[in-house]
Amino acid sequence: METTTTIDIEWILACYTDDVPENGGACVKHGDEQIALYNFSRRGEWYATQNLCPHKQQMVLSRGMIGSTGDDCNPKVACPFHKKSFSLLTGECLTGDDYQIKTYPVKVENGKVYIGMV
Amino acid sequence: MFQPTIVVVGNGMVGYKFCEKLLAKSSHFNIIVFGEEARIAYDRVHLSEYFNGKSADDLSLSSSAWYVNNGIKLHLNDPVQEINRAEKTVHSLKGFTVKYDYLVLATGSSAFVPDIPGVEKEGVFVYRTIDDLDLIKNYAVNARVGAVMGGGLLGLEAAKALIDLGIEETHVIEFAPRLMPRQIDSAGSGMLLSKLKSLGLNIHLNKNTAAFVGDHKIEALKFNDDSSLPIDMMVISAGIRPRDELAKLAGLHTGTRGGIIVNEKMQTSDECIFAIGECALYEGMIYGLVAPGYEMADVVASYLSGNEKGFYGYDMSTKLKLIGVDVASFGDAFITEPDCRTIVFEDTHKGVYKRINISNDGKYLLGGILIGDADAYNMLLQTVNNKIALPPNPEDLILGSRGAEANEGAGVMSLPDDALICSCEAVSKSAICSVVNDGACGVDDIKKCTKAGTGCGGCVPLVKDLIAGTMKANGQYVKNVICEHFEYSRQELFDLVKINKVKNYDLVLDHFGKGDGCEVCKPVVASILSSLWNDVIVKQDTIQDSNDRYLANIQKGGTYSVVPRIPGGEITPDRLIVIGQVAKKYSLYTKITGGQRIDMFGAHVNDLPEIWEELIDAGFESGHAYGKALRTVKSCVGSTWCRFGLHDSVSFAIEIEERYKGIRAPHKIKGGVSGCIRECAEAQSKDFGIIATEKGWNLYVCGNGGSKPQHAQLLATDVDNATCIKYIDRFLMFYIKTADPLTRTATWLNKMDGGMSYLKNVVINDSLGIAEKLDEEMQQLVDTYHCEWKEVVENPALRKRFAHFVNAPEEKDPSVKFEAMREQVKAKW
Repeated sequence: METTTTIDIEWILACYTDDVPENGGACVKHGDEQIALYNFSRRGEWYATQNLCPHKQQMVLSRGMIGSTGDDCNPKVACPFHKKSFSLLTGECLTGDDYQIKTYPVKVENGKVYIGMV
Repeated sequence: MFQPTIVVVGNGMVGYKFCEKLLAKSSHFNIIVFGEEARIAYDRVHLSEYFNGKSADDLSLSSSAWYVNNGIKLHLNDPVQEINRAEKTVHSLKGFTVKYDYLVLATGSSAFVPDIPGVEKEGVFVYRTIDDLDLIKNYAVNARVGAVMGGGLLGLEAAKALIDLGIEETHVIEFAPRLMPRQIDSAGSGMLLSKLKSLGLNIHLNKNTAAFVGDHKIEALKFNDDSSLPIDMMVISAGIRPRDELAKLAGLHTGTRGGIIVNEKMQTSDECIFAIGECALYEGMIYGLVAPGYEMADVVASYLSGNEKGFYGYDMSTKLKLIGVDVASFGDAFITEPDCRTIVFEDTHKGVYKRINISNDGKYLLGGILIGDADAYNMLLQTVNNKIALPPNPEDLILGSRGAEANEGAGVMSLPDDALICSCEAVSKSAICSVVNDGACGVDDIKKCTKAGTGCGGCVPLVKDLIAGTMKANGQYVKNVICEHFEYSRQELFDLVKINKVKNYDLVLDHFGKGDGCEVCKPVVASILSSLWNDVIVKQDTIQDSNDRYLANIQKGGTYSVVPRIPGGEITPDRLIVIGQVAKKYSLYTKITGGQRIDMFGAHVNDLPEIWEELIDAGFESGHAYGKALRTVKSCVGSTWCRFGLHDSVSFAIEIEERYKGIRAPHKIKGGVSGCIRECAEAQSKDFGIIATEKGWNLYVCGNGGSKPQHAQLLATDVDNATCIKYIDRFLMFYIKTADPLTRTATWLNKMDGGMSYLKNVVINDSLGIAEKLDEEMQQLVDTYHCEWKEVVENPALRKRFAHFVNAPEEKDPSVKFEAMREQVKAKW
């Protein structure tokens, strides 16, 4: 038996597309939450994750460098503190540690960037 | 098809090697092997390791399956008793009669047992086979004092075996006045003697054993001089005797002192019978090493498979470790003046003796002896065998190069192609190199493909060097690439970016890389672009490391620190006040840094542009404390105030710091200038350090503090200001262009072929012909200097990037918290 679950996503307006540097990130405030938003312009993609790096509990992932790894070009962000890397797709840690960060869906409409809150 | 039958008598190392070589050359022989021992062929060279943890299986050269798979009929525990040359048959102990077309005698040798009364007593052993070793092992359990008769190579091996078996007191009895008389001279022997004595071995020279005393088992040795030595067991290792009894019985010619006489094809007096290994006597000589035995095996295998090859004597050079002491002799070890010139190095403290014999014209190495340290053996042997011209100071060969001038030219790669690297398996340099060229990259691959290093193993270090050297020559060595996105070293990419005049990261990635980049290649390319074009780095902010992206050092808690440049550590009271005021206004923690400036910690990213605006208004510039760039040029107070100062170190430090500020490099750069030899600026721990002399400045480079401190080395002496700057220009530019990412100058120099003398040649003598270019490139960087904080402060678009929340630019990061500490603050997290 198959069931279809509709997930209610609340899309919050984060900023304008040109607020976030190309191939870099910026931090979005949503209530008490800090969300790192990435403009992967080289690939024409946007990603969002939590801003907190779980390694040393630093609010810095939005200041990290983004890039890709592997033959399938898995998009990732590296924390500026100790270069722990996380997949932008799944939030899993790619540098061999047992960390998981939260990821959020992102959509762009009319030059505005929205982050989906589940 | 007719398959000639080859019967091999003897299943030792050489007999086994013969089978292996013959199989490799031809498959149409029917091979039958008779061995006296119950075991398949094993490694006799490393026999003493049997007492050192290795099992009989470990020593085995092959397996029963190998014989079966290769169609060899193997008779173990069944020595041949008789050869019938007329019928061309052999008859074995177990009663087999086998017809042969060719017979190969590889009967080896037995231990020579002198005819001394009492030799038959219990507790007297020889040291030759695994069975002998088992007997010794069992008997040793109840023995406290052991003795070895024979101070030659095998005798000392046996003594080592007794020590390994836990014999408390081991004696070596030698008839001759010195140890290892065949291999080393008397001075070397003396050194070996004292070294072995210090390891607890009791050595008696000039001792002639008259009798083995005891009831039924041995209890003492009685010597000719009427002295005696009580012992519990005895191992005789006084030489070898070729096993020629079978040949003699068959009427083959043998030598008067033993050995089956052979010609250069290893044929005995019967052309269908060959003799190889230690039983063969060629031109009056028995070759008691494994390598010539293997060569003889190859000669016969070649002959039988239709390729003529001859044996014309063999290099008897050897290197071994005896009870932990290196002993080697090579080439003509005993030649003396006036037929040669001899260079001797003797260090009785460390127990090292080295002697080399060179030709009278000083051009060639003839031979030598090494005791205590034989690391140079392989290269020395190659130098002899390939008639390689000696360096101007041949003593360097045994003393190592002394002083700064490293002799890098005498590496393995300079050997001729036909240089014999593995003498056990007769593998040349070219054979090894071609396997590497075909893709092999480890010693195991080489062993598999060429068998080099599978005999005595002595050539393995050479093989390793050859692999590395060949791979390096092919440009494939440990391919020093930046990351998965760029298949280039930093230096290669630097040149590509320069030649193609590429000025942004995405284009560099498109042209020379793949994928989307990462946190490794982005800052590397950013540094290259900056070193080449010196554009404002924050224009490509997202390829910069976090510190460079925000032009400040990120600290615990996510705040940043602010360091204005204070050239040479000189600062006016007014500027000090400004720093104090700014720090107070933005609640920053202040501390004097190790580089003679002031660091302000705890700045919110939002506040950085305003803080810098105030600092710049007061005349400050960025200190580049966040960049892989020039940090500070530390100075002492110099001749303007100090009564010892020779020159004005502060003025010079300021001039230099102003010159190189902002220049980006593979890693941070630090400098220092001291006004006299007291060296208060600690310049010798810097990437470049300048120390005043009576006549000018001494320039030191490539020093380092950090976790692996390293003193800077002298590059130039007594130079004037302009020359000093010129040399630093070239040195820094050369470093910027050629170093690997995140490599400080010290490590860069350590990895440089030719080291300091090479660097000196490039910088001072322009050996690469690039000095003028380096000068120009550096001048261009100096001319394009800009304060990057000024660029940001004056550019609203760049300023906008310094916000924590993109959707709330005025708000500071609420997770940043401070707590009080010694009247200042510290980050709480």
